[in-house]
Amino acid sequence: MTTQIEISASTLDLSACVDWVMAPQSGGIDVFIGAVRDVTKGKAVMRLEFEAYRNMAIKEMEKIANEAAAKWPVQKILIHHRTGVLQIGEIPVIIAVSAAHRDAAFDACRYIIDTLKQTVPIWKKEIFEDGEVWVAAHP
Amino acid sequence: MLAFGIAKDIFGASSIGLQLSNDANVSNLKYLLEQQYPKLKQLRSYMVAVNNEYALDGDTVHERDEIAIIPPVSGG
Repeated sequence: MTTQIEISASTLDLSACVDWVMAPQSGGIDVFIGAVRDVTKGKAVMRLEFEAYRNMAIKEMEKIANEAAAKWPVQKILIHHRTGVLQIGEIPVIIAVSAAHRDAAFDACRYIIDTLKQTVPIWKKEIFEDGEVWVAAHP
Repeated sequence: MLAFGIAKDIFGASSIGLQLSNDANVSNLKYLLEQQYPKLKQLRSYMVAVNNEYALDGDTVHERDEIAIIPPVSGG
């Protein structure tokens, strides 16, 4: 299993991510793309800002990739996450997984994005016309 | 110690100092922080990371450790 994990302040390159996970022995490639949505709970979102605790976030993403590889027979795992200001439609996260067969790729990809959202120290601020809020900060 | 997300807003800085006794643990640190910054108690939860790992309340903190306050994460 090989991994590529990055946190970047510049635009994520989707086709480069897919190219990286493709391999002759891989029969299934699963890609999750997160995108900035223009509305949250009925309220118009202007843009998002992402902040990361970089070293720890990379370490946590490595742990998730290793856990996924222990659970499913996957070949390559790629996790790229953006930081900084993102406009509507931009891509904050790409997860790409290759495996011999599709089940492992689907399951691992789902596990990686779900766990990333729970444990990786990255924070998202939603900016509205009339204010801003750190997502999930308050009950 | 380092602060991120809403913790940075609560502290008014991305890094703050705190005086702790030699054998202080994470729980002691949280107590002192909440005395100084009561708004921390309004958060859904928050964690403390020591040297890039999530720490438990009973873990001891040392002078040269990299300590970070981790409010609820929201990446992805």
